[in-house]
Amino acid sequence: MIEMLATYSLIGVYSAMAVYTLAFLFYSVDLSTRAARPAGQQSASSQNAGDTLTPEKTSMRATFYQRVATAMMMIAWLVHLAATILRGLAGGRVPWANMFEFGLTATLLISAVFLGSLLWRDLAYLGAFVSGFVLLALGIVTVNYYVDVVPLPPALQSYWLVIHVFVASLATAFFALGSGLSIYQLIRSRVDRSGGSLPRLMASLPDAATLESLAYRLYVIGFVLWTFTLIAGAVWAERAWGRYWGWDVKEVWTFIIWVIFAGYIHARATRGWRGDRAAWLGLIGFGALIFNYAIVNVFFTGLHSYSGL
Amino acid sequence: MDPLRPSDHASQAPTQNPSLGASGWLRFIWRQLTSMKTALVLLLLLALAAIPGSLVPQRSSDPNGVVRYRQDDPELYELLDSLQLFDTYTSVWFSAIYLLLFISLVGCILPRTNHHLKALKSPPPATPKNLYRLESHRLESLGASEAQEDVIARAERVLQGVGYRTRRYGASVAGETGYLRETANLVFHFALVGILLSLAIVTGFKYSGQRILIEGTTFTNDLASYDSFTQGPWFSPRALTPFALTLDDFTPTYRFNETSGAAEPLDFAATITVTEEGGQGEEVLRVNQPLAVGGASVYLLGNGFAPQVTIRNPEGQVVFSQAVVFLPQDQNLTSLGVVKVPDGLAQQVGMMGFFYPSAVTLESGALASVYPEPDLPIVTFNVFTGDLGLDEGIPRNVYSLETDDMVQIAGGDSENSALVLGLGQELDLPDGLGTVAFEALPRYISVDIHRDPTQLPVAIFSALIVLGLMVSLFVVRRRVWVRVNDSGSGTALEVAALSRNDDPAQGKAVDDILQRILKAEENRLSS
Ligand code: HEM
Repeated sequence: MIEMLATYSLIGVYSAMAVYTLAFLFYSVDLSTRAARPAGQQSASSQNAGDTLTPEKTSMRATFYQRVATAMMMIAWLVHLAATILRGLAGGRVPWANMFEFGLTATLLISAVFLGSLLWRDLAYLGAFVSGFVLLALGIVTVNYYVDVVPLPPALQSYWLVIHVFVASLATAFFALGSGLSIYQLIRSRVDRSGGSLPRLMASLPDAATLESLAYRLYVIGFVLWTFTLIAGAVWAERAWGRYWGWDVKEVWTFIIWVIFAGYIHARATRGWRGDRAAWLGLIGFGALIFNYAIVNVFFTGLHSYSGL
Repeated sequence: MDPLRPSDHASQAPTQNPSLGASGWLRFIWRQLTSMKTALVLLLLLALAAIPGSLVPQRSSDPNGVVRYRQDDPELYELLDSLQLFDTYTSVWFSAIYLLLFISLVGCILPRTNHHLKALKSPPPATPKNLYRLESHRLESLGASEAQEDVIARAERVLQGVGYRTRRYGASVAGETGYLRETANLVFHFALVGILLSLAIVTGFKYSGQRILIEGTTFTNDLASYDSFTQGPWFSPRALTPFALTLDDFTPTYRFNETSGAAEPLDFAATITVTEEGGQGEEVLRVNQPLAVGGASVYLLGNGFAPQVTIRNPEGQVVFSQAVVFLPQDQNLTSLGVVKVPDGLAQQVGMMGFFYPSAVTLESGALASVYPEPDLPIVTFNVFTGDLGLDEGIPRNVYSLETDDMVQIAGGDSENSALVLGLGQELDLPDGLGTVAFEALPRYISVDIHRDPTQLPVAIFSALIVLGLMVSLFVVRRRVWVRVNDSGSGTALEVAALSRNDDPAQGKAVDDILQRILKAEENRLSS
């Protein structure tokens, strides 16, 4: 029974990856065709950050390809969700108790936050980044970190684990979207500085300042969630090991990531640092997050015998 | 009043440095130390400086790792140790960074707090002349039927109704909202200082002790009863409240994983009778469920078996009878234990024992345990005679046997094979020394009992950090001005806003205020 559910879950993961691939292709086509339209028809590229596009307006402006891509993204997300729930049922617990499951849930949340953000702002141009990233991450996680469903060792049986890891993956989702915007922002500002004409793929995107202020808002939500992660982790450590902070390897990296993003927030308020430099800091923060997950979990020893590998 | 910001904050205009005298230099250095850039650089340095501690084992969290490091590569060890890399988080360089950061922080927030307290009492700033230059600006003509004064009064009421502090300036009213943002930002930064101070001061009262508790035995909370104990400089033994813990029962639950062939622990539950001044009660201690007793917390750290070993002399008198704690060596609880019998036999006897809860014989003839439950418990002993080294006054580890001055008489290369005992069995010791019996198999747990008085203040400051952060990041500091202009063609209402930070909702807020004023106007007309 458990094996069967786990197998269905894995089939779900592969199916979701197939649909994410379609979404990625359509989003890419959308980016290139959007730019090809004459300027007058272009979607609100230099929209002021202060003015909100309503959802209807965005969908009216959305190209055919973009609508198909977003539909694909939603289908992929539903399949991904089903796969994640099946995994949880197979284990009889929340599906984020080892590295594979964490990857599964975190990517699910990245897609969810992206789809949710479409209701807030026209961020569909991030679709290529998001679907590509989720696809890549799911592939890597499934190939490298897949483990069979096993029960939790006593040290991990705690609802603080549930909170800690879930909030960490939610924070990861916001940081991921923020860093997608930072990448676009850095490319855009490089193009602007070189004074050349915008490459076709960039032509329909907002300007660097708008991208930056959108990225900031996502990072900031991620930062608040990460602060929760740090605190919930400390509470869990206190319950499991009798001390809330012991500079264990994972604690160190959670702290490092927190400090980098605090630095990012400061950079945005420091003259000479707003803009490209702050964007780089955001990317470094997200890089540290990926490093913490992919490298620290596997290669550094510590109390968090969490990877399940 | 604008919130006070260091001079290199993105909102401040760049200034020329004036030429400096001596006190000017001091002020210059202080200004540098408390600048945004310094804070930023120190934060990034702090992140960098924390990295080595995750690459190299730390004395505080992994002392065995440090010892291994020293054995594997003594030269590198010397080098790293001279750089304090095995104590990263108490090292001079790490401490220097965070101390500078906190000095900078205090230097930054004290003047800001002072300034903010004044700002809380001062009115919103006067209406700028050219409102149309502001980002969100609306112009709406009114019917000329009303006195300027009444429109302004109504606008003021509307602004106050949506949470603005207001001040009239002639034919206009100024409103400001979001003072809470600065308050929350200051609370956040003060709470950071609060955490550091709690750690610096309250840590001195900490204590923590470890103790092994065998089923059926009782621990009483006084210094002498601990197996090991560490304390802060301000700890006094009076902080140990009197209580006693009796381990009634310890039950682990495992599941056998057919694919991996390994036992997976599902649950560890220790039933404990707690005796306090107030009375007695039974409690269950689990890995993630510490017990709170007498102001201290009791944690379940580890567990194992303590085979009851009884040794008799040739006359049949008991010379040793004890549940001997065996330390687990692997997942299936193959364990190592030591028995020392200094008195009562013809010679001093030391025995090095292995315990296998579910023993099987491997092809090589060696024993191994295949499951952590006692399905087929077996103890084996290598027996030594000679000098146990207990009389020299040197403290000896109860878990290790110094065999340098001893002769092995059973097991290893000696002529007798090791003693192999099943539960309930008794065997003769070699050389007619006596007998040894394995009589019972209680379990034991190891517990950590400690009190960390920093927990409460750190928890409070952490809550303030989250609270301050959420409020300061999501509240907007915004000013709105409403002016009534009388021109030849009638009365026009002008509304405009200016925000101190990213304000995606500014346009909407201005529209909303304008609509409310117009609505109030309509209501007046229709009534
Ligand atoms: C212990 C190190 C520090 C940390 C972790 C930290 C963290 C933060 C965070 C997360 C924010 C944004 C949230 C909020 O506005 O409440 C912030 C804002 C701010 N911090 Fe810090 N900070 C630190 C030290 C400092 C220092 C030393 C200064 C002074 C130079 C400073 C000045 C400021 C200012 C002025 C803001 C407001 C930025 C704005 O105007 O938007 N901080 N800090």
